[in-house]
Amino acid sequence: MNDSIVSIFILSGGFFAAIAGLGLVRLPDVLIRMHASTKAGTLGVGLIVLGVSIHFATSLVIAKAILIISFMLLTAPVAAHLIGRAAYRRGTPLWDRTLMDDAAMKNNSTKKPQR
Amino acid sequence: MTPFATNLVLAFVWAILNGGIGLPSLITGFILGYGVIFILQPLYKDSRYCSMLFDGVKLILFFIWELIVSSLSVTWDVLTPVQKSKPALIAVPLSAKTDAEVTVLANLVSLTPGSLSVDITEDRSHLLVHAMFVDDPEAFKMEIKNGMEKRVLEAMR
Repeated sequence: MNDSIVSIFILSGGFFAAIAGLGLVRLPDVLIRMHASTKAGTLGVGLIVLGVSIHFATSLVIAKAILIISFMLLTAPVAAHLIGRAAYRRGTPLWDRTLMDDAAMKNNSTKKPQR
Repeated sequence: MTPFATNLVLAFVWAILNGGIGLPSLITGFILGYGVIFILQPLYKDSRYCSMLFDGVKLILFFIWELIVSSLSVTWDVLTPVQKSKPALIAVPLSAKTDAEVTVLANLVSLTPGSLSVDITEDRSHLLVHAMFVDDPEAFKMEIKNGMEKRVLEAMR
């Protein structure tokens, strides 16, 4: 019983991690790829770590699992923000179906993105 | 004495009475102390200490739910040939003024699955947010302004 719960967590975690990797190839532009790699990646790592901590179930492993999940949640969005900002400032072309509502950026910003 | 200090004292008292200050007895004492303070809630009318636990748990559950929902929609987009996402880059006007307020707000926006803060204007009047599923940009702006920004400003001012 315990084993099957653990394997469900770890397999679905692996599934989401694989989706995150596949998304980097499949999705249309940089910013959407950032969404895929942060969200699905975080959920994948979280599920795997959860499965591992259920399997071992000692306080040391659980404490480390909590640390891993909280650091993933804190660092992944920051990295995505920096990569997204670099792409935007450099004027990387976005997907043509993206709704652009950034007029305020162009008028106010002294460093205009070059397009 | 603030509720938090009371709670720490109660945790220490519990640990010492239990014969030894260790992490497990301190944690047990802290949880029991929280229960005591919760019962004595009327004494701490002007403090948000008691509701903090429920607000925190609510926020975490809401966050996990959002993470799962947006992961599933990303999964659907990756696996099927049809792209049903409606991405948008939206400049959200800011009421937050100081560095700390803007930083906390931008990090919260990035942390919420489904939206990513991309850039900020030099004069800090607008925050550029990229979101993956947007039907109505005005509604999205109001959501950030009335939901997250209001909460941040209430907490920090």
